[in-house]
Amino acid sequence: MNWLAWKMLTGDRTKYWGIVFGVAFGSLLISQQASIFVGLMRRTSSVIIDITTPDIWVLDERGQNLDEIRPMPDSRLYQVRGIEGVEWAVRLYKGLVRVRVANNSQANDDGNFRQVILVGVDDASLVGAPRKMVLGSMADIRRPDGIFIDEAGYRLLFPNEPLELGRSLEMNDRRGVIVGICHAHAPFQTFPVVYTRYSQATQFAPRERNLLSFILVKAREGIAVSDLCRRINDSTDLQALSTDDFFWFNIWYYIKNTGIPVNFGITVGLGFFVGAAVAGQTFYLFTVENLKQFGNLKAMGVSNWRLVGMILFQALVVGVMGFALGIGMACTFFVVTEASGQPDLRGMYVPWQVIVIAACAVSAIVILASLLSIRKVLVLEPAMVFK
Amino acid sequence: MQSTITSANQNENSAQAEVSLAVVCRGVTKEFGTGDTKVQALRGIDLDVPTGEMTLLVGPSGCGKTTLISIMAGLLDPTAGEVSLLGQDRRDLRGNRLVKFRADNIGFVFQQYNLLPALTAAENVAVPLLIANVKRSVAVERAKQQLELVGLGDKVDSLPRVLSGGQQQRVAIARALVHNPRLLVCDEPTAALDAHAGRRVMQLLRDTTVQPGRAVIVVTHDNRVFEFGDRIASMTDGHIDNVLTGGNFTAASH
Repeated sequence: MNWLAWKMLTGDRTKYWGIVFGVAFGSLLISQQASIFVGLMRRTSSVIIDITTPDIWVLDERGQNLDEIRPMPDSRLYQVRGIEGVEWAVRLYKGLVRVRVANNSQANDDGNFRQVILVGVDDASLVGAPRKMVLGSMADIRRPDGIFIDEAGYRLLFPNEPLELGRSLEMNDRRGVIVGICHAHAPFQTFPVVYTRYSQATQFAPRERNLLSFILVKAREGIAVSDLCRRINDSTDLQALSTDDFFWFNIWYYIKNTGIPVNFGITVGLGFFVGAAVAGQTFYLFTVENLKQFGNLKAMGVSNWRLVGMILFQALVVGVMGFALGIGMACTFFVVTEASGQPDLRGMYVPWQVIVIAACAVSAIVILASLLSIRKVLVLEPAMVFK
Repeated sequence: MQSTITSANQNENSAQAEVSLAVVCRGVTKEFGTGDTKVQALRGIDLDVPTGEMTLLVGPSGCGKTTLISIMAGLLDPTAGEVSLLGQDRRDLRGNRLVKFRADNIGFVFQQYNLLPALTAAENVAVPLLIANVKRSVAVERAKQQLELVGLGDKVDSLPRVLSGGQQQRVAIARALVHNPRLLVCDEPTAALDAHAGRRVMQLLRDTTVQPGRAVIVVTHDNRVFEFGDRIASMTDGHIDNVLTGGNFTAASH
């Protein structure tokens, strides 16, 4: 009977594609908006994503997120290093600094200032340095005045110019020379990300009494990260979080304290309701228009259960087709925007979790739509075929 | 317009006791609605439908013909009275048993053909076999053979929309017969056809459906097709007025 259900469903192509695109539209809205939301939230933790070597991030006990830096005195580093179970602990500077594009750039020789995210990595171990170089070598960061800049940031500071090393940036009246161009995840503020050694970062940063933003810690082998975090928390007045916990700690800050999730939640919700309304109504009307056919089948000896099975099969087909189309369109959207170099959506994609959520939402849409239709068919009197 | 029916033999009493009965109705009533809106569609119907014959059920609009064939086809429950379908008490046929009974034993021909527009003629005819879980390829093959029998061997792959009314009704007849039902219920099979096509359809029904062991009930307004019946039950206002048997009927309108 599934074959019959399929033929009934696809017999009128216009209606069939109308239902499929209703589901696809809902699926597209849900998955695309949810993916942008996830992408934005990931951007708030972009530095954490880029720095994967440490197990633990240590910050001031009142620190609320990655961007709200409460600098600590350097002595804290030695305090943490002295805790049992710490394999190594290194400094990390992170802050926003103003940069002036030096006059060796033809495009930006007007002395314009820009804001950049400055990351100062441990001088000795280079823990915290970018892992994927686009141009230059990792070792070059040790060169005097040497800085790395992320590719997207380079293109922002030097638009329409080829990637090349040797350009200069001025920060805090000091000169930094671009000796490497690297890949970095897009940050929330979309500022360029500049990497340098910690000792040099303290020169580029505005003077403050304390400059230590974070302490990155590696747990000794055999020591549970959670245990070490507890030890650091107990032994110091600092806050120690595993990399994963810090990632979520940061994201939850934005979820709780900004309107971003509400706005995206509304859009995702609207996507669900619009998708449900379009698909539900079209599917319901499709069933209503086919009531005579269903009644005919009922009179000819098709049981209610088989009719329900036929409707569920039809719902499954439009659900799968619509979902596949919607997810396909969402993925295509991100692939195209990424390929076009669009900075606003750089690095965004459809995570598998969003696909699962969209699948659940589409299932709910299709189930709602089919329940209305099933009810109509179940109460159908077979004698109506003679009317 | 009112029809008056005359029989060549004027046999008003049932003289064919030896003919087995496909449907027996005794004191059948049917009410719709309740209270002030209650309508009594059937008021004590007694009717026998023998096998091997074509029984015409005639009468003016609203007299209860459709309600009666719905009950005789197992699509509607009577309010009161006894109905026997192919030897089984209607009260014993409930739920899935009734559904299966209809699938196995009853064929339908409708006024508006009720073909599935997305299916070809052969696929439409195959539907009762698919309901009976016959493999699709086998069902379609048998459907094509059935279409040959109704003279539509060259239209097996045609969609209903490209067929004329008469051809669609022939497809519907093939569909009604493909699973070899013991009771065939036809509701106004000629109402949507012109006189010529109507006669051809009735002739086809007569030739292909009436056979020993099968009863054919045809509800019709069309007095031009009375001649095809073996028995005519005439209804008015929820009653059976009279039953004429013996065939060779003619109709006069005034």
